[in-house]
Amino acid sequence: MEFNFITVAFIVFSLITLGGAIGVVTCINLFRGTIWLMVSLFGVAGLMVLLSAEFLAAVQVLVYIGAIAILFTFAVMLTRSITSDKMRFTRVWVNVISAGILFVLFALGVIYPVWVANAATHFPVTDAGLATTTDLGVALVSGSQFVLPFEVAGLLLTAAMIGAIVIARDADDEGN
Amino acid sequence: MVPLWVFLMVSAALFCIGVFGVLARRNGVAVLMSVELMLNAALMNIVAFWRYNNPTEVNGLAFAAFVFVVAAAEAAVGLAIIISVYRNRHSIIPEEADTLKG
Repeated sequence: MEFNFITVAFIVFSLITLGGAIGVVTCINLFRGTIWLMVSLFGVAGLMVLLSAEFLAAVQVLVYIGAIAILFTFAVMLTRSITSDKMRFTRVWVNVISAGILFVLFALGVIYPVWVANAATHFPVTDAGLATTTDLGVALVSGSQFVLPFEVAGLLLTAAMIGAIVIARDADDEGN
Repeated sequence: MVPLWVFLMVSAALFCIGVFGVLARRNGVAVLMSVELMLNAALMNIVAFWRYNNPTEVNGLAFAAFVFVVAAAEAAVGLAIIISVYRNRHSIIPEEADTLKG
């Protein structure tokens, strides 16, 4: 791995992502946890830019940081007893060891034999003619490609929003 | 560019941090935030495989875009359930929501 700008950017964004994730799972004040979640999601957006998926990086910032993280902030504020909750974890060491063993299994059981040992998979097959955002936009509305999944996704979002309103509505309001 | 397996290692680490959060946190909102971390790790894997294996086709990008849709729906419904449980039980500790336990 030669030392160039892309490598430095990759290391910085990886540290932002993983550091933010550790902040999310360890922070006792959940409001700070949501801020750490934004940091981690921003790191993932940076990694997507490095993978030449600029549109997905923009969607990551708009949808994840702009909408989902704000939704989490509202949930933290609506359930206020949690910021004074003194017990963060259950069975913390068992779970740390389980997650560590899972990572080792991923690394040694899947990633090493399939992708590290096979040098042909280390680098992209081509750097020319990448699919662009225009191609994605055309594919999402083209009758021969993804127009049906696109409509189903719209239906899913509508159903989820209606379901969220129905579930979260106060039961006492139903007579009005 | 960075080799593919380095991306896979970072997203595996992100996924395992999310697994730890789901298993260990006592707070429902924190559990959902950890689920978002795991979804992001999967998303990063999808985009990395698209870039390294089939970057001239649009399929990988479209797949990732649909994962965004499902993640948004999951977050909205999950938080609605958390708020509903909090309203009924005045607690968002998942272990105390055990009405359906036999």
